[in-house]
Amino acid sequence: MDLNTKFTPKSWPDHAEQATLEGKNKFVGIWIFICSDIVLFASVFATYLSLKDKGPAGMDISAAELFGLELAFVMTMLLLTSSLTSVYAMYHMKNFNSKGVLIWMGITVLLGLGFLGLEIYEFYEYTVHEGFGFTHSAFSSSFYVLVGTHGLHVIIGLVWITGLIIRNMKRGLNLYNAPKFFAASIYWHFIDVVWVFIFTVVYLMGVLG
Amino acid sequence: MSSVAISKKTGFGATLWDYLTTVDHKKLGNMYFFAGLLFFAIAGFEALLIRIQLMVPNNDFVSAGLFNELLTMHGTTMLFLAATPLLFGFMNAIVPLQIGARDVAFPFLNSLGFWLFFLGALFLHLSFFMGGAPDAGWTSYASLSLYSPGHGIDFYVLGLQISGAGTLISGINFIVTIITMRAPGMTFMRMPLFTWTTLISSALILFAFPPLTVGLFFMLVDRMFGANFFDHTMGGNTIIWEHLFWIFGHPEVYILVLPAFGLFSEIIPVFARKRLFGYSSMVFATILIGFLGFMVWAHHMFTTGLGPTANAIFAVATMAIAVPTGMKVFNWILTIWGGSIKVTVPMIYALGFIPSFVAGGVTGVMQATAPLDYQLHDSYFIVAHFHYVIVGGIVTAIFGATHFYWPIMFNRVLNEKLGYIVFWVFFIGFHLTFFLQHFLGLMGMPRRVFTYQADQGWDLYNFISSIGAIMMGIGVILLVVNMLLSIKGKPVNQRDYWGDGRSLEWALVTPVPFYNFKQTPLIRGYDPYWIEKHEGNKEGMTYAEPLGDIHMPHGSILPLIMSIGMFIAAFGALYHPDGVSWSVPVIILGIGITVACMILRSFKDDLGYHVHKEEIIALEEELYGKGGNK
Amino acid sequence: MMKGLKKWRLFSLLAVMTVFLSACGEEYISTLKPAGAVGKEQFNLLLFSITIMALVVVVVSVLYIYAFLKFRRSKQGEDYMPKQVEGSHTLEVIWTVIPIVFLLILTVPTLISTYKFGDVAAMEHVDENGNKTALIVDVTAKLYWWEFAYPDLGIVTAQELVVPTGEKVYFNLLAADVKHSFWIPSIGGKMDTNVENINKFYLEFDEESEGLKDGVFYGKCAELCGPSHALMDFKVKTLAPEAFDAWVASMKATEGQTASKDSADLGEATFAASCLGCHAVSSVTGMPSGTAMGPNLSAFGDRSHIAGFLDFNKENLVSWIKNPEKYKPGNLMTGKYKVGNNNPDELSDEEISAVADYIMSLSVEK
Repeated sequence: MDLNTKFTPKSWPDHAEQATLEGKNKFVGIWIFICSDIVLFASVFATYLSLKDKGPAGMDISAAELFGLELAFVMTMLLLTSSLTSVYAMYHMKNFNSKGVLIWMGITVLLGLGFLGLEIYEFYEYTVHEGFGFTHSAFSSSFYVLVGTHGLHVIIGLVWITGLIIRNMKRGLNLYNAPKFFAASIYWHFIDVVWVFIFTVVYLMGVLG
Repeated sequence: MSSVAISKKTGFGATLWDYLTTVDHKKLGNMYFFAGLLFFAIAGFEALLIRIQLMVPNNDFVSAGLFNELLTMHGTTMLFLAATPLLFGFMNAIVPLQIGARDVAFPFLNSLGFWLFFLGALFLHLSFFMGGAPDAGWTSYASLSLYSPGHGIDFYVLGLQISGAGTLISGINFIVTIITMRAPGMTFMRMPLFTWTTLISSALILFAFPPLTVGLFFMLVDRMFGANFFDHTMGGNTIIWEHLFWIFGHPEVYILVLPAFGLFSEIIPVFARKRLFGYSSMVFATILIGFLGFMVWAHHMFTTGLGPTANAIFAVATMAIAVPTGMKVFNWILTIWGGSIKVTVPMIYALGFIPSFVAGGVTGVMQATAPLDYQLHDSYFIVAHFHYVIVGGIVTAIFGATHFYWPIMFNRVLNEKLGYIVFWVFFIGFHLTFFLQHFLGLMGMPRRVFTYQADQGWDLYNFISSIGAIMMGIGVILLVVNMLLSIKGKPVNQRDYWGDGRSLEWALVTPVPFYNFKQTPLIRGYDPYWIEKHEGNKEGMTYAEPLGDIHMPHGSILPLIMSIGMFIAAFGALYHPDGVSWSVPVIILGIGITVACMILRSFKDDLGYHVHKEEIIALEEELYGKGGNK
Repeated sequence: MMKGLKKWRLFSLLAVMTVFLSACGEEYISTLKPAGAVGKEQFNLLLFSITIMALVVVVVSVLYIYAFLKFRRSKQGEDYMPKQVEGSHTLEVIWTVIPIVFLLILTVPTLISTYKFGDVAAMEHVDENGNKTALIVDVTAKLYWWEFAYPDLGIVTAQELVVPTGEKVYFNLLAADVKHSFWIPSIGGKMDTNVENINKFYLEFDEESEGLKDGVFYGKCAELCGPSHALMDFKVKTLAPEAFDAWVASMKATEGQTASKDSADLGEATFAASCLGCHAVSSVTGMPSGTAMGPNLSAFGDRSHIAGFLDFNKENLVSWIKNPEKYKPGNLMTGKYKVGNNNPDELSDEEISAVADYIMSLSVEK
């Protein structure tokens, strides 16, 4: 199928994201990339766990007293919801509803921005008010790198999806941009799953000691 | 020399632009090959300096500090910047042909992968001119690499980070290519072994490089931004580096040696004129080696003090790898058994490989024996062992494949006579250099020593070893001479140069046009070209589609600019610990360039272009005379 | 012609013999001439695994050479078309099972020795008075020298480890700056000295070092640790138990010994002014293991080498003090004092010579 073909909701294929070779490549490619990213996060998680609460002799900050669940819970909810809204966007893509894709992707971006804002606020609180800066200890370095790597993924996802929305604002769905939306949405789900692990490993296990 | 593009006689500028922007897998393959060769020569030269220094006791040919820089750069360059790109060169040039694809899945990323690798490598080598190269060994163990003054280690961290990203991108690219772009009928169990090993090796890259990226990132922020991952006074732990490094480092060996196995699995059947023995067990063994490769990293850390239980587990797991590797060796021997062996240069490399690699393998099992490894670890025994594996296994594969695939890659032939001379000089030099090093290790000589005192019983062997290294150097120079001579040689202009080609790439008449097969071939079994040939097909293959327009991707300069962006950012990070005011702006500028290119690319649709049927017919007539590629 | 060929043969045979006769190395440093129970067990493991591996190499080589010689195209004929066999399940099973059996055989001694060498429980054993029953040595590796403290005996020495024969000696291994690795090839396999945790292992010393070339076994640093990694040698003196006890007693007797600035001896006075800040001259320092700035010199006169690797004579010692950077690049003594004949705060040739005499006189054995 040609990339420039114009479609109607009737002629729109069931799996538009995989209808062309390019689309199929993107689909397989993003999954392969995510496999690799999982190993990346696994390495950072392992490091965090082995450096948790480790610092210079006499360090008085520990995960149990530093972390709270309230903010983390709100952040979790924001990100989980954004995952859901990106599912809606994919649902509309299946039905060849370009406007629906854009709106729900837009909401996903807004929720993601909310999450990012809270994360920045949290980092600011820890650094400025708790004296828990990046160079404070091995514990702080590993915490910021773990959560920050996830935050960086969120930023990349936001730039990516925003770019897609702006680029495809006026031109509707076709077999060229459908795989791009689809890949971005898979990536966004992945970011969400990683956060669930961060919430569990860093915040829940942190608070429980 | 290169594969022919539509454009005919062009000026130097146009050719250069063509190479800077190309996304053609064959051209990128050639670029990988020559870049790899360049770094192979550099690292080989460093090895020669090392061996000259160690030729006699108490030598002062190079200083202690320079020696450490040389040994670090030798190891780092050989593994990351020579062996990997040389093999990537063959993967790029051959794998799409072997599976009947037009190109790789992501031609743009293929180009990006190359340029990231190349600029990362360049960055690393700039260290020699900018205040000193890294000097903590290719393993760069954390306590020493944090302690090391100057910017050497910073160059190592940043250079490898950039080139590692390139390698990872290429790995993903190969996996997707092999999964989605096989010609009709090319099932997984009909894929040639080189394609299989490329797939598994890429999967290893996929899982092994992220831990390295993470480790390098920790080192980067520790050295340049005040983090404390490895500073034990701040709660850090240097053993984390060892784990991350070896979780990457051990699979890295298989990333390199599996494609080498694949190359030999292509060469041996052709010159034995016999189907590869036990194909399915070869595939199984490849997968098993790849899988076990991730289970054994701590055998590099037997003396780190992980405790007897960890050592015992990793010892047994390591020994287990010998089983699938042994399966492969026996399968190769059974392939030549009952065959009709024609000795050619590629074949003699394959024949030399088997005993050399077995020797490297058995010493590997000896070191897997943890309590024995307490003696062997970090002695010259291990130096001998891994050179037997890497030179005996990987370098012989690369040299053999260079002769084997030269007709396809460059439409020329390497001189046979000179090829034999190179083989014997290099091969004898290799054994002379490394065989005695086993004994040096057993006699108590630690590795990575810049000198040694006389009369500890090591003088004679070190001297002989250095003589061998010089022979290896001569061999490599002669190989390059052979390559240069081939420019003047007669074009091959035929398919199946060796006469007994079996897999798909031999069905193409050289020079291979930029779109590879003009019609996608239909694969009817394992060794598809052999099948067609022996059924009397004179047209190479049976085709799956009528001749029609071919869809091809556009070239792009963006990958190069994106890589340059990372290159610039790396300089910002490098000078950050010096407290210069421009470091952060430069980092932002560099990353900004890269991001801007990405945005530019996504805002400009790249739908590729079509080569029309008439153009194809015209080009084929020009290349092969009337009638085109028949 | 024939005679020339014969001579040439004889010569090459001799050359090969020379190469292989020297394949065992020197007894004070070679793992092939083990002088301790651990090293002997490792050596036996080496022989055992080489035997198995040689078997593998021989089988592979015979098959391979036979196939190569028999199935050449020159013998088979240019047009010979071999049978295109796919494989053989029977053969596959055979060459999978046989290696597994070999490896299982090798696994048994591997596991036994791994746990045996890893057993350091005896380090905690105490007698009825609460004293440790085993001899424990705290090894601290520093850029580029070794400190050996005997925490239960209250003494410390450097560069030359002194141990008794016939008993297990336990080691606590730690690095003070960067990672090193503690290796005495002829006694037994190595263990790393990490910066963040103490590694423990034991060795046994079966032979007295008296008769060896320098009267000592050689020890090495086996982990790249900087420019002078190659020179970070130490020596091991093994004594009969009674001799060891005597050595301990005389080391203890250095308690309180120090150098005085007011001494009439120029060497001692200079040492006290310029060197004593880092180098103790008493073996009983009372400091925790690993905290000394420089090597303890209380038994310097008994050493076999200077700086771990230079021949023991005054000339070398003077040169070493004058310019340590020349001998061990990157060492931490460089720059701690000034050398020259012009200013009063510099060490003059005369003073260095006197200091050398003084240090060489520090001995507990003479």
